[in-house]
Amino acid sequence: MASYSTNEFRSGLKVLLDGDPCVILENEFVKPGKGQAFNRVRLRNLMSNRVWERTFKSGESLEAADVMDQDMEYLYTDGEFWHFMLTDGSFEQYAADAKAVGDAVKWLKEQDVYTVTLYNGAPLSVTPPNFVELEVVDTDPGMKGDTAQGGSKPATLSTGAVVSVPLFITIGEVLKVDTRSGEYVSRVKSS
Amino acid sequence: MTDVAAWRPTASREALESRARQLAWVRGFFAQRGVLEVETPVLGHHGASDLNIDSVRACVLPVAAAPATTAWLQTSPEYHMKRLLAAGSGPIFQVARVFRDGERGNRHNPEFSLLEWYRPDFDDRDLMDEVARLVSGWLECEWPEIHSYRDVMRRYAGIDPFAATDREIARRCEEWLDPAEFPGMARDGYLDLLMSYCVEPALRRSGPTFITHYPASQAALARVSTDGDGYPVAHRFELYVNGIELCNGYWELTDPDEQARRFAADNAARKRAGKVEMPADQNLLAALAAGMPCCAGVALGLDRLLMLKLGTRDIADVLAFPFERA
Repeated sequence: MASYSTNEFRSGLKVLLDGDPCVILENEFVKPGKGQAFNRVRLRNLMSNRVWERTFKSGESLEAADVMDQDMEYLYTDGEFWHFMLTDGSFEQYAADAKAVGDAVKWLKEQDVYTVTLYNGAPLSVTPPNFVELEVVDTDPGMKGDTAQGGSKPATLSTGAVVSVPLFITIGEVLKVDTRSGEYVSRVKSS
Repeated sequence: MTDVAAWRPTASREALESRARQLAWVRGFFAQRGVLEVETPVLGHHGASDLNIDSVRACVLPVAAAPATTAWLQTSPEYHMKRLLAAGSGPIFQVARVFRDGERGNRHNPEFSLLEWYRPDFDDRDLMDEVARLVSGWLECEWPEIHSYRDVMRRYAGIDPFAATDREIARRCEEWLDPAEFPGMARDGYLDLLMSYCVEPALRRSGPTFITHYPASQAALARVSTDGDGYPVAHRFELYVNGIELCNGYWELTDPDEQARRFAADNAARKRAGKVEMPADQNLLAALAAGMPCCAGVALGLDRLLMLKLGTRDIADVLAFPFERA
């Protein structure tokens, strides 16, 4: 396996630290003119999602982590695993467990494309696109004729996610939602 | 994938113009003061002996087809300029391109511009005054405050760098690293970490600051005396502006025997660290023996001075081509 020296550290690089795959967020080279050089590195542990700060002696190296981001279509869940398929035409399928799917589970819609991060060939995490379009399956009745006024209510989407929506939203409408904040963005015009 | 923009300079046209103006301003500063501009070799037979400064090796064929000679790109023009001083040059300055291996970051490039000057009959205080005049004149910033190494360490790192034991200093660094994973790192290595992690960031929030009276173990080529509490201290100073280390100056060591001992101590430390040893520069020792005048000298990073002038925190903004594009 390849390894990277501190002078190759840059944000986005995937390395192994204490046996866990991590992504480098920031690398600062510090050295008083006559003194010892260090690299002050911030990394996200891809297993725990925790951010670490670590100090390395300049010139040390870390093993590269076999971590790859792949676009995959979500197929279905059998209750234990969530199944995805590569969109590169290979039809290769991967099964992600609940830990890998994590919070993305509430945005998973069949046939939509997600970023699946593979570690040593197995799904490590699933990242939804920034925006998804989902149908409202349950919400209190809408209030007609008062679309401009503020106020909100909860609405349950087809994936089970609950988002706060304006009062005029009704069951059956398709909404655009920001997956990063979990916030309602707009209605999607039905054709 | 190759970067299609990699042929382009990283410095703006404005930065290039400021660089030219800065150079003219510096030359004017020294012309007014009767300091002679000199040029000394970039390619020398001796590299720096400092433990933490690595010279770039060059392979030279002075005569075609003759066996290659190992030479070193200079990390500072210090040794050569001191030989000029010993030969009676009087006050001298140089704008030098210097090279240091293993140094690349937001404030470092393996090749950079150093302004180095020497003042016979000056001591460290006199030279700090001249540095302050040059820097505050060009940057139009406040006159620097002066604090001792011991005071800034006590204030910002919460440790007395002279009184604390090695163990206490290493323990102070456990917030950032596990000393067990840094075998062979000496007291000064931990102090350097505290300088980078505690003192420098704190100095970003204060005005220009001289740090003086470094531990004797970090004297490099400065003379050493004893402070009021009986600790040996180096007559070495550094200037920080906005937390950026700008220069390093000494009331120069002139004693050839002490210089020879420091070369030997440096090389012992280099050997322990598994680094190539640098034979003592006999020409420098001979120049000191012949009589180098009592003087103070300082090296100031011109790229960083320009970063401060332009308010950028990335050295690439002031270099036409940083190393990746060189």
